[in-house]
Amino acid sequence: MLSHEEKIEIEEELKGAPFKRAASIDALKVVQRHRGWVDDQGLKDVAVMLEMTPSELDSVATFYNLIFRRPVGSHVILVCNTITCWMMGCDSLLKRLTERLGVPLGATSADGGFTLLPVPCLGACDQSPVMMVDGKLYGGLTPEKVDEVLKEHGWKG
Amino acid sequence: MEGLNEKPLTALMRPDKAALSLAEYERAGGYQALRKALKLAPVEIQRVVKESNLRGRGGAGFNTGMKWSFVPMDSDGTKYLIANADEMEPGTFKDRMLLEGNPHQLIEGMIISAFAIVATEAYIFLRWEYALASERMSKALSEARAKGYLGRDIFSSGFSLDIKLHVSAGRYICGEETALLNALEGRRAVPRAKPPFPQVSGLWGRPTVVNNVETLSNVPHIIANGDEWYRGLSRSKDGGTKIYGVSGKVKRPGLWELPMGTTIGEILEEHAGGMREGLKLRCLIPGGASTEFLTEEHYSVKMDFDSVMEAGSRMGTGTMIAVDDKTCPVGVLRNLEQFFAQESCGWCTPCREGLPWVEKTLSAIEEGRAKPGDLEVLEMHGTSLWIGRTYCALAPGAMEPLRSGLKLFRSDFERHIKEKGCPYKAH
Ligand SMILES: Cc1cc2nc3c(=O)[nH]c(=O)nc-3n(C[C@H](O)[C@H](O)[C@H](O)COP(=O)(O)O)c2cc1C
Ligand code: SF4
Repeated sequence: MLSHEEKIEIEEELKGAPFKRAASIDALKVVQRHRGWVDDQGLKDVAVMLEMTPSELDSVATFYNLIFRRPVGSHVILVCNTITCWMMGCDSLLKRLTERLGVPLGATSADGGFTLLPVPCLGACDQSPVMMVDGKLYGGLTPEKVDEVLKEHGWKG
Repeated sequence: MEGLNEKPLTALMRPDKAALSLAEYERAGGYQALRKALKLAPVEIQRVVKESNLRGRGGAGFNTGMKWSFVPMDSDGTKYLIANADEMEPGTFKDRMLLEGNPHQLIEGMIISAFAIVATEAYIFLRWEYALASERMSKALSEARAKGYLGRDIFSSGFSLDIKLHVSAGRYICGEETALLNALEGRRAVPRAKPPFPQVSGLWGRPTVVNNVETLSNVPHIIANGDEWYRGLSRSKDGGTKIYGVSGKVKRPGLWELPMGTTIGEILEEHAGGMREGLKLRCLIPGGASTEFLTEEHYSVKMDFDSVMEAGSRMGTGTMIAVDDKTCPVGVLRNLEQFFAQESCGWCTPCREGLPWVEKTLSAIEEGRAKPGDLEVLEMHGTSLWIGRTYCALAPGAMEPLRSGLKLFRSDFERHIKEKGCPYKAH
């Protein structure tokens, strides 16, 4: 069941949409904002509101890499691994992150604290190497600075 | 003194990088061009912009006024203008500065451009990761609405417009203009067949113009100062200034607004300060990942659409990636093709199946597992994924660095194969 808040927010998105399905990505984002990810039941409930079939909506949801169809940790780390950051040493950041969190790229730490994901160019190439945690950008990173960022987000290693 | 006359797009930006508020923007003359434009005929605005030689800053360089002129002007019903703020081309970070630093410049440019094609609804299609830009754009849009610069009957002209901010959910292909339309309609972002072109049948089947953020940000200045002034800013045939950028191991990576047609050498050496101590330039990618490699030989080439094309590459987004001599060129190509393979939308077979094959072949060469015939496999893809063989420009774009890299770094490829691994790893 969608919560009262989720319903109200989705209805708000529907108001601005010329056709209901136009709000599909925004509606999925509402659910993700509240739950961290989009679970199967949430997807089905949104599909009903948008007058789409669940599989139609899922085909949209699974297209976009920032709609999460699997659970994620309390914090999501997006690390740029595209050309400039690759040249500037993102591999050393990724090595440090996977060591600290004890999981490979694409996975969530055992305590459910952090999900580590690669992301294409974050458009901050003058500050390379960069990563984003919960929507906040960090540039000019080194493995040491990665530790500081993790601590800022409650990592207790 | 450097001012609005030399650097119209960036002269007003604050040194502390905070966004210009509506009041600050207006004090410096902001929204005057809009007042002027609303007194002109829409086709007159199209003409001035066309004659200014403003060419699209999204990468393809199509004349903006010309693009607008394909919109049917006699149709009633809704027409749309869309600002493409999806900026995901690797190595490109110029639109971010315009969105974060001067959001009202884009809004004013959008209102004028919408009026020029008589569009009454507009969208800013923004990538999710540009969270700061999203916050600042939303605030600027509210400020403009509160003042009546957006909404009904703007400046009592009879023209009405609202701009909605759409925050996307990822995927590079969303930046391709017809894929973007599908994303805005709430579908999978696969490109559409052209024709019909969006100017005739775009969002919800209605006439639609999609323009890049930098393109639209130029429009108020052209209207305020005229097409002759705009052409005069440039050192080449294309009008205006350009926001150039350099990233990689240079002394001062960054962005600079310079006359269109500034040479590659001047941008790299004078503005970016050249390579860091102990490094030499191996090659550069002039305008985002999907452009051919150039080298020091091309320092005298002017960065404008035609000149870079003549030199065998494309200006693309105008933000260069400098590759140093300690970085493995096969590794560079592998990283680029990994990106393209991952971001293929999967709609057409050559791209969906071909790019992963290219990526795997490059990985094998880099890791010392090359098989005889691997270079031929790569060359074959350079042909089978080339222009006209795929549904959209993503795959040919992916082949641009590959085709030129195979020629330029032939000996590096051969060394990898002969020595069964990457010779640069030893460093
Ligand atoms: C795969 C792909 C990605 C693109 N991404 C962008 C983008 O992020 N921003 C952009 O302005 N144009 C992008 N383009 C170009 C657009 O399709 C379109 O040409 C451009 O937005 C038109 O604006 P302009 O005429 O002002 O340059 C992309 C094209 C392709 C093929
Ligand atoms: S070329 Fe690639 S990205 Fe473009 S439509 Fe075909 S599969 Fe999709």
